[in-house]
Amino acid sequence: MGAFDFGAITRALPYLWDGMQLSLLLTGLSAAGSIVLGTILALMRLSGIKPLQWIGATWVNFFRSLPLLLVIFWFYFLVPLIAQRQVDAFQSALVGFVLFEAAYYCEIMRSGIQSISRGQAWAGYALGLRYSQTMRFIVLPQAFRNMLPVLLTQTIILFQDTSLVFVVGLADFMTSAVTVAQRDGRLMELYIFAAAVYFLMCYGASLYVKFLQKKMHQ
Amino acid sequence: MKYNWNWGILFEEPYFGWLVSGIEWTLIVSAIAWIIAFSLGSLVGVARTVNSMPVRAVATAYVELFRNIPLLVQMFIWFYVVPELVPDGLGRWMKRDMPFPEATSAILCLGTYTASRVAEQVRAGIESIPRGQTAAGLAMGLTLAQVYRYLLVPVGYRIIVPPLTSEFLTIFKNSSLALTIGVGEVLMQARQIENYTFQGFEAFTAATLIYVVVTLIVVFAMDRIEKRARIPGYGVQRGQ
Repeated sequence: MGAFDFGAITRALPYLWDGMQLSLLLTGLSAAGSIVLGTILALMRLSGIKPLQWIGATWVNFFRSLPLLLVIFWFYFLVPLIAQRQVDAFQSALVGFVLFEAAYYCEIMRSGIQSISRGQAWAGYALGLRYSQTMRFIVLPQAFRNMLPVLLTQTIILFQDTSLVFVVGLADFMTSAVTVAQRDGRLMELYIFAAAVYFLMCYGASLYVKFLQKKMHQ
Repeated sequence: MKYNWNWGILFEEPYFGWLVSGIEWTLIVSAIAWIIAFSLGSLVGVARTVNSMPVRAVATAYVELFRNIPLLVQMFIWFYVVPELVPDGLGRWMKRDMPFPEATSAILCLGTYTASRVAEQVRAGIESIPRGQTAAGLAMGLTLAQVYRYLLVPVGYRIIVPPLTSEFLTIFKNSSLALTIGVGEVLMQARQIENYTFQGFEAFTAATLIYVVVTLIVVFAMDRIEKRARIPGYGVQRGQ
């Protein structure tokens, strides 16, 4: 076992930073897309219209019973086939992440919407607002606010999950670390560095979530 | 969409055999990892509730460490880095003589990672038991160890059956990550079938069905166990 070579890490930093930017971009876009889709699914599940409820529930239960890795493979294989042209791995991974994570965000939004007392919606209707207006101006803003810590926690999980794009060779932070590790034969340094970076980011974010929760309960 | 369908390929040898062996590996890895996760997780979870600062700190550090590093990174560390970090003799044994090095690393990785999640559930279960129960136990002359042994742990387990079911399903799904270090589980076999035959649609459908069916079986079985384990009067929350 050789000595721990910090140089192996510092030399690779610019390359790893490129990877981290891609990880963050994928996390941001996936989170935005799946929160929107998840909210729509939550509204479907709470709509009281049988077919919509069924679609929402099936979506959630189906994706929650599958490993994310399988979903990534599915879309890596399927998206180019449907689009009838070469699609880069980023787009197919993004589609997979949005559809998959929406199932988890849906359940968060559903409990968020249910946490708003019914009287609020009735008050909206009594004022002459339509369903869409009541949701948009009264219920959803409050649901988002109440669920913000949980939504952020799920986004931290999503950030960790983006490391899985390694299996389709998309150059995110994880894949870059593996590439450098294998090229330089410095597995120990790079993997421990990757673990440390992920840990600091995720732990830091989780401390912020705790702080947020405390502030909200005051 | 141009695609040559051939569902029969799944039932031809060697592909059918690959899928069966994939299912075997997935179940073996998940089951052994679950044993580790459950026992270690219970220990850490109990440690997070005891009345001793250092013990609680160590247990909390364990949970935070394993929860905040992506499972894939942990998988690589167990497989590539741990044999370098342990004492030379053990490291050499891990590299040369350890049986099924890939599967063993995957099991240790999944077990210790899921233990951190199980620990949180066990802690939540114990903390949801009213304090008066502990006081009652102590007043009856039980030692604190006995209070845990006969009261807090068994009641705690019964409260957290639903979230533990979710955790088992998580370990089952996460076992797919073992393919990155070369364990021939279901997803690895499906990919291999795709690579050999270009019948990706069929191969991934097979893997999807396998995951959904096993999930349904587990949910159905645990539903019955949950009904029998439930203690009236205790709120039961379903974990994610």
